[in-house]
Amino acid sequence: MSQTRKQLLVDPLVDNNPITLQVLGICSALAVTSSLNVAFVMSLAVIAVTGFSSLFISFLRNYIPNSIRIIVQMVIIASLVILVDQIIKAYAYEISKTLSVFVGLIITNCIVMGRAEAFAMKNTPFNSFVDGVGNGLGYSLLLMCVGVVRELFGSGTLFGITILDPVNNGGWYVPNGLLLLPPSAFFIIGFLIWGVRSWKKSQVEAREYKIQSLEVH
Amino acid sequence: MSNSNNIFTKFKNMPVDGIVKTVIVATALCFVCSMVVSFAAVNLKSIQEVNKAIDKQKNILQVAGVYHEGIDVNKTFSSFQPLVVDLNTGKFTDKFDPSIFDDKKASQDPLLSISLKDDPASIGRRTNYATIYLLKKDDGSLDKVILPIHGYGLWSTLYGFIALEDNLNDIFGLQFYQHAETPGLGAEVDNPKWKAQWKGKKLNNENGELMIQVAKTQKYKEHHIDALAGATLTSNGVDNLVKFWMGKDGFKKFLNNLKNGAA
Repeated sequence: MSQTRKQLLVDPLVDNNPITLQVLGICSALAVTSSLNVAFVMSLAVIAVTGFSSLFISFLRNYIPNSIRIIVQMVIIASLVILVDQIIKAYAYEISKTLSVFVGLIITNCIVMGRAEAFAMKNTPFNSFVDGVGNGLGYSLLLMCVGVVRELFGSGTLFGITILDPVNNGGWYVPNGLLLLPPSAFFIIGFLIWGVRSWKKSQVEAREYKIQSLEVH
Repeated sequence: MSNSNNIFTKFKNMPVDGIVKTVIVATALCFVCSMVVSFAAVNLKSIQEVNKAIDKQKNILQVAGVYHEGIDVNKTFSSFQPLVVDLNTGKFTDKFDPSIFDDKKASQDPLLSISLKDDPASIGRRTNYATIYLLKKDDGSLDKVILPIHGYGLWSTLYGFIALEDNLNDIFGLQFYQHAETPGLGAEVDNPKWKAQWKGKKLNNENGELMIQVAKTQKYKEHHIDALAGATLTSNGVDNLVKFWMGKDGFKKFLNNLKNGAA
């Protein structure tokens, strides 16, 4: 075992973050980060799904026929996602309306499939569970970072509590409407990737081509 | 005991990629997963229905302008009087209990609905009976009327309410509580700034002709609501559905009766 459990849990936070390093799961990160409440519930949903899907897939890994393994993984993930969706609809109805299709789209989130295929199929259930939760946390960490920037500067609030008093409530802060629109998350994620890679040089990818040095003939 | 053990060892010793094991694993997994999913769906349904009902009541409060954060929805909602209207005669009916009558179900029921020939809102069938809500002032006179409306946008049927002032011609507000339009474009029907435009607009002109319009170009200021940018089809849908429900196949007869005290 080359990785300890602690590493399994902590590595995906920064060193092997599914969004900044592997650039997976961007779609939902754009859609659900305009308010922190929503991003938080989405994070919990993803952590639960990555954790438990890895756990169950790992339990079954010796019985899953190779020819249908992707479908088997999908069935397990999809069932868990429906379960989570139903629970959110029952206990957090307001948020479920904002999350709408994005909970359902966890099924196609590359992070979940990626962990199932790359890790859970080859490792013991408990390690797989820890790895799934770790990756879910890595996704959540980034979601929350993006969410803080978007909600604070987009509407002047954090978790719905007013921090910067916006102008239309008689305050001084002019909210930046762009930050509430999905494209802004592209910029923020881009800056975050830039920041993380400046900090951890090992994450910088090797160039695919080299620019020729200028030669004068 | 030994028999079941035998079956299990036999199953265990089968080649993982063999066709028999593949079928057994796939069937068993599907069975277990479908049990889990249906168990969750059935058990949580009642809680979800309650949520939906509260959400609908909240939307009625919002469209009537009496909702603010943290009020008791159930209690405030009790000041609204639900009534069932027969759309063909334009009069109230006591055939159904308004607290449990379901308009959506009625529009599927051939006995309670009609198939539309002229169907601008693309709803197919229109219920003959609709639940409306009256909000009375303290002295018992009419304050607002809240009418249910729905129709097709771009991707989905939009369900909402329109609130009218006591003169039954001025719009107080419009709100959709269920739709699946494109977020950021068609879903801007939920944008408070866009919704605010509806307030004070008039349905009919002095001659009683239906003039209300959601359009890009403004013809009559007091009847015009600016269409949503980037959401032409949703805007057209809203335009059509408001015209339909406020028109002769919708609530027009009822509103005229109510105005003349004959409802």
